[in-house]
Amino acid sequence: MDSDPLIAVERLTRVYAMGPHRVRALDGVSAEIGRGEFVAVMGPSGSGKSTFMNLLGCLDRPDGGRYRLDGEEVGDLDADALAAVRSRRIGFVFQSFNLLPRLTARANVELPMVYNRAVLRAERASRAEAALIAVGLEERAHHRPSQLSGGQQQRVAIARALVNRPPLLLADEPTGALDSRTTLEIMALFQRLNRTGITVVLVTHEPEVAAFAGRVLLFRDGHLNEDRRQVPQEASP
Amino acid sequence: MSPLDALRTALGSLRGNPMRTALTMLGIVIGVAAVIAMVAVGTGAREQVLRQIASLGGNLILVGQGSVVRGGVRLGAGSAATLVEEDAAAIAREVPGAVIATPLVRWWLQVVAGNQNWGTTLFGITPEFLEARDWTIAEGRAITKEDVAQANKVVLLGRTVVRNLFGGGDPVGQTVRVFSTPLTVIGVLAEKGQNASGNDQDDVVYVPLYTAKRNIPGMAKTNSRFVHQITVKMEDGADMVEAQEQIRGLLRQRHRLAAGQENDFWMRDLSEVGATRDASARALSTLLAAVAAVSLLVGGIGIMNIMLVSVTERTREIGLRLAVGARRRDILAQFLIESTALSLLGAAVGVALGIGSAAAVSHVAGWPTLVRWETVALAVGVSGLVGVFFGLYPARRASLLNPIEALRHE
Ligand SMILES: Nc1ncnc2c1ncn2[C@@H]1O[C@H](COP(=O)(O)OP(=O)(O)O)[C@@H](O)[C@H]1O
Ligand SMILES: [Mg+2]
Repeated sequence: MDSDPLIAVERLTRVYAMGPHRVRALDGVSAEIGRGEFVAVMGPSGSGKSTFMNLLGCLDRPDGGRYRLDGEEVGDLDADALAAVRSRRIGFVFQSFNLLPRLTARANVELPMVYNRAVLRAERASRAEAALIAVGLEERAHHRPSQLSGGQQQRVAIARALVNRPPLLLADEPTGALDSRTTLEIMALFQRLNRTGITVVLVTHEPEVAAFAGRVLLFRDGHLNEDRRQVPQEASP
Repeated sequence: MSPLDALRTALGSLRGNPMRTALTMLGIVIGVAAVIAMVAVGTGAREQVLRQIASLGGNLILVGQGSVVRGGVRLGAGSAATLVEEDAAAIAREVPGAVIATPLVRWWLQVVAGNQNWGTTLFGITPEFLEARDWTIAEGRAITKEDVAQANKVVLLGRTVVRNLFGGGDPVGQTVRVFSTPLTVIGVLAEKGQNASGNDQDDVVYVPLYTAKRNIPGMAKTNSRFVHQITVKMEDGADMVEAQEQIRGLLRQRHRLAAGQENDFWMRDLSEVGATRDASARALSTLLAAVAAVSLLVGGIGIMNIMLVSVTERTREIGLRLAVGARRRDILAQFLIESTALSLLGAAVGVALGIGSAAAVSHVAGWPTLVRWETVALAVGVSGLVGVFFGLYPARRASLLNPIEALRHE
């Protein structure tokens, strides 16, 4: 089982209907991503990176092709089953953090566990604490998002993505809203998490960010144009 | 998501926006307060009517000399003095369930005390009559069997008569003149106030039956056994319609009326008067409840409106919850519980406000009010349903959002 790739997509296709036009946002993409890999997804704007990530994250369903995640065929699951997959197997990090402003950092981190029946209520607090420690933000647990810097907010969002202990962490331009110093810190965090065994797939359009990954997937017009492996740069100082 | 988490989430979001929560609740608060207060006033009014009916004598049947009035035309000869004391005795003896059947005579006259005089109705009665009509004696003593048998020259005065003849003074032991005969005041009747038709029940003078008979002009000459009216008190729970049938049959037989001949007496069931009044009080309650139901409906629409706004405003939140593993039914439950909590909270405030207003009304206006727990339960229950019903559409809209589009929403 462990020799299986974590992600296997075959001729993955997603077509958007825009009035009379049909946009092939993703046009027959095939790829495998192994467990423990750190993959950067690159490509010009509109090339289908986000569409690809949304499909990997089970937020969307493909119009064609197959998607096998962690040994399970997930391409044609119904809405509830997809919710369960998102809950247990995937952590998603967004460019705009998407923290709930009314909740404290810890409550934000606890949120995914509310929808995960595998986690007991009594476990939530300690698991949220642990996730906040993992992102180095334990002393900010009771702050609200508005009281945190952009980098700190993204750390909270990463802690939230980690808290259900998924094997896969997806991030769509996680450093797009951050300055270069904070970007470096966040990339160091991703590298550290990756070394604990979590598979990381992140979208970026900055080559300096992609340099921290061990593999780069290059998209163009909905096609996977290039799949290259590299020696990752070290993000931590 | 567990129900507890759903509730916590809903309450959290209500607390997060206290001003909006309060304004949204307002419709329900006013609706429920209106229900409670209005029904309390309506029920109070009805309760009062029922008490009046009881004081009138809920199970009394009055039988009088004369024929039934139909369409304003008096049918048959009412002048024949055929209703007699023996009829009362016969009713008491032969009609099952008749507890009391007692005769009376009456006369409208002037009562004189010193230089004061007052026009009122005089009744010649027996002690049973006082019992049938639930009279209590406020001062002095009542009329006794001996007073009746010996035609004693004694009199009981109603409060209104006392007020008009003696002002504030104590009349017991004083003398009043009726039929230019001096009578000694032996007692004063406890105040009853107005009856259901608005007549002053305290504007009366009671003397022993035979005292009246001997002194009412012309009466002794016609028929010494004649009476104007017989008051029949039935036992509690008696079938009043059946009792009237029995009395009718008995009197027709005693008066030797041939088949097809008109009754030479009339009969009235006092519970009928009460039933009409009760029906109008009930109609008032129903009207008030309808008004209140409309305000609840308006409150519900207010909730739906705000919930729709809330769903739109929180589209990103919904998208995020879906992204971290919420199922559609979790989102549905969250918003349904939120709208229901909103309306139940409003209902709770409304109940407090309604009970307060009812108390204020009965304090300030002096109207009786009665808050029934059934009303409270109904108002709260309906509010809950309103919350569920009007929350359903917004909640369903929220739950059907596409996570990606929701997350992209500004
Ligand atoms: N919801 C949508 N409806 C219609 N077209 C869409 C939608 N989402 C994306 N697209 C189109 O699909 C293509 C790929 O978009 P996307 O995956 O967001 O690109 P990227 O993330 O690489 O910038 C673009 O042409 C975009 O306009
Ligand atoms: Mg994109």
